[in-house]
Amino acid sequence: MSETARRRPRSPMAAPRSFLWSRRIFLTLLTGFVLLPVYVMVSSSLKPLEDVSGKFQWIPSGLTLRPYFDIWETVPLADYFVNSVVVAGIATVCSVTIAVFAAYAVSRYSFRGKRVFTVTVLSTQMFPGILFLLPLFLIYVNIGNATGIALFGSRGGLILTYLTFSLPFSVWMLIGYFDAVPRDLDEAAKVDGCGPLGALFRVIVPAAVPGIVAVAVYAFMTAWGEVLFASVMTNDTTRTLAVGLQGYATQNDVYWNQVMAASLVVSVPVVAGFLLLQRYLVTGLTAGAVK
Amino acid sequence: MRRIRAAAVGAVTLSLVLSAAACGGGTTDGAGSNSQPKTLTYWASNQGASLEVDKKVLQPELDKFEKETGIKVKLEVVPWSDLLNRILTATTSGQGPDVLNIGNTWSASLQASGALLPWDAKNFEKIGGKDRFVDSALGSTGVQGQDPAAVPLYSMAYALYYNKKMFKDAGVEKPPATWDEVIATGKKITGGGGSGIGVEGSNLSNNIHQVFVLGKQHGADFFTPDGKAEFTSDGAVAAVKQYVDLMATHRIVAPGNAEYAQNQSLSDFAKNKTAMVLWQTASATFKAQGMNDDEWGVAPAPVPSGVPGTGKATNSMVAGINLAVFKNTKNIDGAMKFVNFMTGDAEQKILNTAYGSIPPVKSAQQDPAFSAPALAVLRETLATSAAALPQVPEESQFETVVGTAVKELFADAAAGRAVTTESVRAKLEKAQQQMPKK
Amino acid sequence: MTTTAIEKTGGRSGQRHTPGTAPRKRRPGRLRALGLPYLLLLPALLLELLVHLVPMVIGIVMSFRELTQFFIRDWTSAPWAGLDNYAVSVDFDAPVGEALLASFFTTCLFTLCSVGLCWLLGTAAAIFMQETFRGRGFLRALFLVPYALPVYAAVITWAFMFQRDNGLVNHVLHDQLGIGDSPAFWLIGDNAFVTLLVVSVWKGWPFAFLIMMAGLQNIPKEIYEAAALDGAGVWQQIRRITLPSLRPVNQVLILVLFLWTFNDFNTPFVLFGKAAPESADLISLHIYQSSFQTWNFGTGSAMSVLLLLFLLVVTGGYLLLTTRGRKASDV
Repeated sequence: MSETARRRPRSPMAAPRSFLWSRRIFLTLLTGFVLLPVYVMVSSSLKPLEDVSGKFQWIPSGLTLRPYFDIWETVPLADYFVNSVVVAGIATVCSVTIAVFAAYAVSRYSFRGKRVFTVTVLSTQMFPGILFLLPLFLIYVNIGNATGIALFGSRGGLILTYLTFSLPFSVWMLIGYFDAVPRDLDEAAKVDGCGPLGALFRVIVPAAVPGIVAVAVYAFMTAWGEVLFASVMTNDTTRTLAVGLQGYATQNDVYWNQVMAASLVVSVPVVAGFLLLQRYLVTGLTAGAVK
Repeated sequence: MRRIRAAAVGAVTLSLVLSAAACGGGTTDGAGSNSQPKTLTYWASNQGASLEVDKKVLQPELDKFEKETGIKVKLEVVPWSDLLNRILTATTSGQGPDVLNIGNTWSASLQASGALLPWDAKNFEKIGGKDRFVDSALGSTGVQGQDPAAVPLYSMAYALYYNKKMFKDAGVEKPPATWDEVIATGKKITGGGGSGIGVEGSNLSNNIHQVFVLGKQHGADFFTPDGKAEFTSDGAVAAVKQYVDLMATHRIVAPGNAEYAQNQSLSDFAKNKTAMVLWQTASATFKAQGMNDDEWGVAPAPVPSGVPGTGKATNSMVAGINLAVFKNTKNIDGAMKFVNFMTGDAEQKILNTAYGSIPPVKSAQQDPAFSAPALAVLRETLATSAAALPQVPEESQFETVVGTAVKELFADAAAGRAVTTESVRAKLEKAQQQMPKK
Repeated sequence: MTTTAIEKTGGRSGQRHTPGTAPRKRRPGRLRALGLPYLLLLPALLLELLVHLVPMVIGIVMSFRELTQFFIRDWTSAPWAGLDNYAVSVDFDAPVGEALLASFFTTCLFTLCSVGLCWLLGTAAAIFMQETFRGRGFLRALFLVPYALPVYAAVITWAFMFQRDNGLVNHVLHDQLGIGDSPAFWLIGDNAFVTLLVVSVWKGWPFAFLIMMAGLQNIPKEIYEAAALDGAGVWQQIRRITLPSLRPVNQVLILVLFLWTFNDFNTPFVLFGKAAPESADLISLHIYQSSFQTWNFGTGSAMSVLLLLFLLVVTGGYLLLTTRGRKASDV
């Protein structure tokens, strides 16, 4: 990496050699660490099955694009991808919306039970997933029996589950971010005749866009990668990628090359979207976390 | 503060009410109903090379069934990684498929839950009677003396697969029939750079299948006749030690096999790195790994006497898939028709041919399609020298704790630590204490 | 500052539910304003109740029952087991309790190492990348890739690399660098702990990096300039200014990392399958094995409740220690 000392002349950090060299070495090593599995994924996805299950080679001896065609035949990857996007997308939108309301209440109002609410929300982060997997399934089935709303096995149930997974941390981060928006702004809006919701949507939300994007990315990633609940709560029409990728490992064979190819294919859109948003993410996380 | 506490109490009360309401939906004890006579949900296990292959195999057959009966079958192929969890949650909630595949070793455990329809004489009558099925396959459908919880669908048995090229290079004439010969052959091959035999040291189920058979050969069962765990009998200890000794003492298993759990031993076999494997139906995998059918051979799994039979000459567990009907089904008549269809001679031939398994139905088994040399060995084994895994409700726990013990022993052996009778006994002792108290 | 004062006076005069100056201006809306914060919280509260709190209560009830495969069909009919499930779990002389305790200590050690390393890497990278240099934007994007990959894809790739005979790790360590007489095992035996740690850190450090990077942007440049004028070198600036300024960020970050790492299920599950080696037997996988694998949901629930209690105590203590002196409403 070429992090040469092309720095502004008036930098407060008059960086000595030791600092520059440490930085160079550290960042180079870290880049290697980050890239290693990515390289393995790319190179393995281009090998025939016999080669992948053999000794690792830095430079593949024979390259093939076969795995990239086979992946669609082995499992219905496209369906899983759509499921994942729908589930994670809707869960994200709902989670962020609900978190915005809750954070607004906590940040701008003083009311009885505020502390109980924030502590309760925080404490849900401690629940081991195993403890409520089975009970949650029971509840969904009973709601289904009582009301006819199918929550188990449907995308709806999964969306509901995932949005609550990301909700606590989202609320928590947004409270901090909203606190950072000067109160004078929304007070002024209210004086101008906006209702409380008007103040929220016309003043606070626009001012907090980076924070909201950050929360959205976090919520999306939470739903995107979850395995345990998805494995029990989905069927073959609603199965998500996180679980569906396991379909490349069958009872008698593991299609390593296809696993890697499929992983890359489904990761590319996410990584791309993520990189587009990262600018917001950096500014976004600040206030939420720093508060 | 008081109001907060009141709110908390309120929340807890609400939760309790909700949780009381959330009791299992599977409480009805009747044998299903016929409220939805036009549809069925079928959970199939993954038998083919992939989930998609399974769908392609099964869908045409289901269409046939629909044409015959007018009942539409909704198929879901459930991956093995999820199947048991899905069945457990379905059992807990009463919300499951109508007909489903279960690993036959789970029969007794699932039978104990009471979620599956028992196959009494009356029900068997509807699918042509109990004696249509091979005895060994029926032996793996539930606790002895109780009505079976499922009927056999596909059967498989273990056999010894050998790599012809490696045998030829090492000057081995014929496949070994006894364990002594396995070791002698293995040593010849290991001397030449390859390794003698492959194991899947980190695959709990596979470990169980192997030590169970060796246990039989030592005259030991892992459970007493009344269903108590008995892992530390001399026979059981000897069986486990004998299996691990293939690596620890005789060194005919490459140490790397200790971490295998994803059929790496089969790719080693296909790459001419391992000369033998004990496996159920490996032909499709060999093909996927780029091996031709004439490059490998198959022989009965070894027994001490060299001639497989019953008792101490057992050389395989009864492997296979059973077909079960969920008690809560809303289409009991349709479910019976479907089981009848799937276990009929015609379907048995088609499906078992597609999956490389053996029909557990006597009349279908006689079909010439199952007399090819590779399949004949499996068929013969099933008919004469295979035994069912213990049919006890705690079978799953048994697989977990003893399978793990064997895995840990392999890890010891691979790391060069000594595996002694004492260390094996200690591991099994620990495993036994983790079993539920009776 | 002013708003806080208004809230406080409002509180004292019995109008604590009103926002700022709104009531005086919009009298008819007062009642609505009273309920508004609750209305805003309602969706979040209901959902948390449905998906977290009620199931948790059911889970706690289950932990007092003998919920084996004989009773899972209708769990309310399972006999009460009193404290039996707990007794089994904490009987540290018997194998079940012994294994749970071992798993607990493994998890503690693992969490300590993983959170520590994630924090260290994240902080170091953030500090090193505080200054602009050529390629910084690219590196920043690259460093976030592990966070964006689906967990299963990332972990299975690591499992692939850690294979003993065919993996990249042994290819480099043993074949190319010649370390050790024979290739080491990474997925079984004692090394599995290291494997799990590497994977967990690889996946987890970018999150720390992100938060730290954000935190650094809040430190005013002037402080550094003043320190530079006083003759403090870069290393001293980092020690005296950067690290202390990051303290509030650290409080949140470390707690969140701690909870996520301690409860992590996906990583060991994908890496080791259903039976993790003893050295890497994390508690959530252990509980999974004690319930789903062995069909004993009562004991599994009891173990989960114990875990929950432990985390509650730790988190409570942590928050008490780190927020001492801060405003109560800030929690």
